[in-house]
Amino acid sequence: MITTDILIIGAGPTGLFTVFEAGLLKLNCHLIDALPQPGGQCSELYPKKPIYDIPAYPEILAGDLTEKLLEQCKQFEPGFTLGERAETIEKQEDGSFIVTTNKGTKHKAPVIAIAGGLGSFEPRKPLLDNITDYEDCGVEYMIKEPELYRDKKVVIAGGGDSALDWSIFLSDIASSVTLIHRRNEFRGHLDSVEKVQELKNSGKINLITPAEITAINGNGKVENVEVTKKGEAPILVDTDHFIPLFGLSPKLGPIANWGLEIEKNAIKVNNALDYQTNIPGIYAIGDVNTYPGKLKLILCGFHEATLMCQSAYQIINPGKRYVLKYTTVAGVDGFDGTRKEAPKAVVKAIQ
Amino acid sequence: MDNLDINITIIDRDGVKHQIEAPTDMAMNLMEVVRSYELAPEGTIGICGGMAMCASCQCYVLSDTELPEMQDDEEAMLSEAFYVKDNSRLGCQIQITPEMEGLEVELAPES
Repeated sequence: MITTDILIIGAGPTGLFTVFEAGLLKLNCHLIDALPQPGGQCSELYPKKPIYDIPAYPEILAGDLTEKLLEQCKQFEPGFTLGERAETIEKQEDGSFIVTTNKGTKHKAPVIAIAGGLGSFEPRKPLLDNITDYEDCGVEYMIKEPELYRDKKVVIAGGGDSALDWSIFLSDIASSVTLIHRRNEFRGHLDSVEKVQELKNSGKINLITPAEITAINGNGKVENVEVTKKGEAPILVDTDHFIPLFGLSPKLGPIANWGLEIEKNAIKVNNALDYQTNIPGIYAIGDVNTYPGKLKLILCGFHEATLMCQSAYQIINPGKRYVLKYTTVAGVDGFDGTRKEAPKAVVKAIQ
Repeated sequence: MDNLDINITIIDRDGVKHQIEAPTDMAMNLMEVVRSYELAPEGTIGICGGMAMCASCQCYVLSDTELPEMQDDEEAMLSEAFYVKDNSRLGCQIQITPEMEGLEVELAPES
């Protein structure tokens, strides 16, 4: 069981900044995120795109913002449970909560801060009636263990970087790789596109474009897929695995069933006070919350995180006195023993 | 002041037709117009914020209104999206201009 003071669900910019603000109040944080890396949308959707409305940064790339936030909160030693989705929450008799992920990892904390953005990123599934019947029986939306495909026949669908990169990677492992895309053009790094071209020319990748998978067949597991080229009769391609790679889209997911008040696909909070939800001890901050006048901006998430931490302090340290301190005056004492502080003024007489 | 609004028709995901006025002077795109009138629930449209990266604002263009040509990123996204038809466009890539008076679109299903 992982225990912490504030359990943050979502390791995007708002969640990461929460670690810093909580740290100033000597509160520990642990973050859960469904993605394998921190940064949320900033690292998953648009790491190379600039943001222009982060105060004091006239321009910063979303990926760089993530790095800066990680650096800023580093001395407060946050814990991470990555690649796992927060699934269930149970309130304990002592008022604390236990959050369990889809992989069974348990986390206990007196305060929960949901900084889940638009939800957890889930693979986008192609519109094939029976696709769910074959999930984990030959259909995988993500490649977790490449060895699974050793000496197997694999069909990959998609036109982005992940479809290209995995086709290249698996061409050395699988007995055959077929890449199917709706267009002749691929949207990926130029060297990946060129590498696929090379592997196609040498017969190591079977490329079928412009085409779509129109059916999955098999008895209990995938045996073949039906591939339809525009304006042609469908053909059957024998395969052991079908891997659709059509990107990820965020879904509110299991959090929607936690008994929280939901409005407009977001969690209602008390914005007059501390961004607490209808369940005391559970806060929602950043893009995942809603209140009158809500704006889904990173900078608003930072503000919400700051106020939320002050309120969480009162839950964790009931009745304990505290006043806001300025980092310039008080410095920053890390949990790792480091200290940052403003240099002392130099006093020296003039002779 | 001149009226800088144009009249457009949007059929929502429940098939309901809305005749609305869209401003041409606020640098708004079609996805943002749909959101401003709340014709699709928040969180189901414009998820990526308008970067042509999610296709949640896909719509079918029903009128023969002349629209800006499709750029590479829009075409690439539509090639990976679902429910795509020949008249599919991403609303976030269509800036509202006075020439679009009379535009009629239907929102594609959520996916």
